[in-house]
Amino acid sequence: MIAAPVVLAVSGGYLALLFAIAAFADRRAAEGRSVIASPWVYALSLGAYCTAWTYFGSVGRAASGGIWFLPIYLGPTLAMILAWLVVRKMIRVAREYRITSIADFIASRYGKSPGLAALVTLITVVGIVPYIALQLKAVSSGYRLLTGGADEVGLAWWQDGALFVALALAAFTVVFGTRHLDTAERHEGMVAAIATESVVKLVAFLAVGAFVTWGLFSGVGDIWTRAAAVPDLAHLLRLGGADGATAFGYADWFALTLVAALSVLLLPRQFQLLVVECVDERHLRRAAWLFPAYLFAINLFVLPLAIGGRLLLGPDSDAETFVLSLPMSQGVTALTLFAYVGGLSAATGMLIVETVAVSTMVCNDLVMPALLRLPGFGARAGGDLTRLLLGIRRVAILGVLLLGYLYFQIAGDAYALVSIGLISFAAVAQFAPALLGGIYWRGGTRAGAVGGLVGGFAVWIWTLMLPSVAKSGWIDAGFLTRGPFGIAALAPESLFGLTGLDPLTHALFWSLSLNLCLYVGLSLLREPSGREASQALLFVDVFERGGAEAPVFWRGRARLDDLRRLANRLLGEARAQAVFDEHAREAGTGSAARGLADARLVDRVERQLAGAIGSASARVMVASVAQEERLGVEDVIEILDEASQVRAYARALEEASAELRAANEALKSLDQMKDDFMSSVTHELRTPLTSIRALSELMLDTPEMDDDQRAEFLGIIVAESERLGRLVNQVLDMAKIESGMAEWHSEALDLRALILAAVKSTSELFRSRGATVEMALPDAATFVRADPDRLTQVMVNLLSNAAKFVPDGAGRVEVSLREEPGALVVAVRDNGPGVPEADQAGIFEKFRQGGDALTRPAGTGLGLPISRRIVEHLGGEMWLESESGGGACFAFRLPLQPGGEVDDEGADR
Amino acid sequence: MRARPKPAVLIALAALGTALWNFPMLAVWDEASTILGLPALPVALFAIWAGLIVALAWVSEREK
Repeated sequence: MIAAPVVLAVSGGYLALLFAIAAFADRRAAEGRSVIASPWVYALSLGAYCTAWTYFGSVGRAASGGIWFLPIYLGPTLAMILAWLVVRKMIRVAREYRITSIADFIASRYGKSPGLAALVTLITVVGIVPYIALQLKAVSSGYRLLTGGADEVGLAWWQDGALFVALALAAFTVVFGTRHLDTAERHEGMVAAIATESVVKLVAFLAVGAFVTWGLFSGVGDIWTRAAAVPDLAHLLRLGGADGATAFGYADWFALTLVAALSVLLLPRQFQLLVVECVDERHLRRAAWLFPAYLFAINLFVLPLAIGGRLLLGPDSDAETFVLSLPMSQGVTALTLFAYVGGLSAATGMLIVETVAVSTMVCNDLVMPALLRLPGFGARAGGDLTRLLLGIRRVAILGVLLLGYLYFQIAGDAYALVSIGLISFAAVAQFAPALLGGIYWRGGTRAGAVGGLVGGFAVWIWTLMLPSVAKSGWIDAGFLTRGPFGIAALAPESLFGLTGLDPLTHALFWSLSLNLCLYVGLSLLREPSGREASQALLFVDVFERGGAEAPVFWRGRARLDDLRRLANRLLGEARAQAVFDEHAREAGTGSAARGLADARLVDRVERQLAGAIGSASARVMVASVAQEERLGVEDVIEILDEASQVRAYARALEEASAELRAANEALKSLDQMKDDFMSSVTHELRTPLTSIRALSELMLDTPEMDDDQRAEFLGIIVAESERLGRLVNQVLDMAKIESGMAEWHSEALDLRALILAAVKSTSELFRSRGATVEMALPDAATFVRADPDRLTQVMVNLLSNAAKFVPDGAGRVEVSLREEPGALVVAVRDNGPGVPEADQAGIFEKFRQGGDALTRPAGTGLGLPISRRIVEHLGGEMWLESESGGGACFAFRLPLQPGGEVDDEGADR
Repeated sequence: MRARPKPAVLIALAALGTALWNFPMLAVWDEASTILGLPALPVALFAIWAGLIVALAWVSEREK
């Protein structure tokens, strides 16, 4: 027993802590330094899935049913495995089209239908209010247990802690859920508080678990050994319990897993945290396994607690309060209080997010559409509506929480905790066909979605809701067994005689089956309208068509002033201005000048409005200020074609400009090469000219110069002139070959003889350098068709190059000729320094001489390029084989003429 | 740079989990014997769970 003021003080302190954390996170968000932009916080916030139902209810369920508490967590684990595929798409759609609730998501997908949005909201409210009541009940009964108030009956309503909790949470949610109007509907402070709550409840649950397992028992094994001795408990952890595995409800197990897997995506709070509050879709990748790991951790001690509780507190004790009663029975007050705070955090986390999500739906999809129909509120009326919007949300939050409290007061003791939670799960599971079908199947239509939802929801009411009401004793429960008006086939819990399933599985089977049949059937019955088709495309192909180039399915005339006035009213002037500015920046102001808004601007404003008032209301508002064309399916296809044409044009344009750029680069480099060539040629011309001129002037100025001197100078002048002549000839040669003006005399010649002659003509060169020439030539004559003069020029060039580079006195040059299939290969190998790797690529370019400029031997730098051109002209190729330091080997290949005529002709000569 | 999880791998993993946690595999785990002094069925369910989480983490976090 703990004094009530202590419990109240601790609870109050905990809520104050939440306020502080949320305020801190909101402040950081305003400064642009988000504290929640992390996959860890994101994953923890998803822990809001674990409510008081998990915290208290799981142990209760495990105590009576063994492993049956597990499917509620196995399902979400399976769902999260696929999160990267499914949830990422939902996040992208929501981000792209400013979708802020599940009602908005479904309504927007099926042509922004206000009716559909209202329907989804209604189903949510009806389905979720009992769930909210359940959380309040958990807080309240925990409080009573702690303070010993359970014995006192007939407490007045104002003495009930649950009401204060509800009011405190309403205050929190109003402050952090509706602080300002955010068109992305994100609440950083709230998410930070929820993530903290997830940590608190996990740590508290683990602490109690560890305390019971190792404090009251000596480990899990001990608990089980002692339980195995108790007849009641011995079979608890087998399939089907004491009745044996044949009694195990495999279908119920599967249904429970499925409904939990759907709930983790479709419960309003899960959708809010998973999709709307997601900071960055890349966080999903890590959260996808962190969140299941969280579920795993929080379930680890459920069985030890359940079995341990039954062993210690007896089979008749209330297992749903074991988390509190176990530590309390041992008198550990601090741990008991901590456990209570854990339960409080589980309940409040759920309550806060659920009310924010539901109030957004109620405001955007029920209240606003009704208000906007009123004459004073229409689109053309004036006045800023942002404060009104926030006001409606606040009232909605308070309303939802009080509705939950009312339900708890009326029905709180009627039905077990777990059943209420599952009823809510089954209700939101009805959204699955419309939502999941909507993002993967283009064919789904509004009629299908409405039909499926209405059918599924009706079956849900009949097979699950009404029986639970009847079991609470408010209406005669007779129809449960006999059926309405005595028609047994319509009995709610055994529809058409289907028995053998538990009520949830039974209800889920019928409701989801009918839902799916109507959704698919009605969708197939009629072609989608233009707007349905366009929204289907935007949703299903969001990864392909999203972003800046998304097609805009809107045609009509809208005056800029009207649009701006509308935006001002619903977004506030600052935000509206920002939207128009952004558009002007991206699109220019071409159309704005004529006072008309272009389609993309209309689309942009509509998306922003959708963030504030829901897509269906935004559609109605925009339609009311613009003259719109009604789009048919053909128009949608046409717009799509235009968009893809624009994309194709853009791509073609990009390719063309890339080609142009490349051509320009090539031209530039050619230009550069020409400049280089000119400067090289002039440089090469100037060197001999300079020495000729200098020596001539010297001789002219000194008539008394002796004859020997004069003869020496004249010799140099002649040599330099020859060099000059050679250079000019080579330049002309090069130019001729390059322009194709060179004359070629093709004839069959003996390559072996040609090589021998070339070596002989350069032998003086080698002798002067002290180099030896080795030859590896075939024994017989080898004929090839070519120009003998040109080929000699090539050979002499290669040989004289080799002579220049071999080391003085120790040079060795090897000339080889070998026959390949269809070609002859000539190689000249020297033992010089070789060509450095850096220079190899450019060695055949004009004036690119090997070696560095200071140490290399004299040369024009045109020899190799000319040689290569000649060989190429003869249909062959020339290349360099070189390893730096290992000598150079220039080789060329000449093709043999096909047929034997050349050989014959050559042999005749 | 982390690799994107391959859709086929994720779908296979989810299918594997569904198979191991349902009929008839549940009956396979339902053994009278104990593992490390603990009843076989819950140990098996939790072990599969841990295995799936580790596999998902590996698929999600591995480097390119």
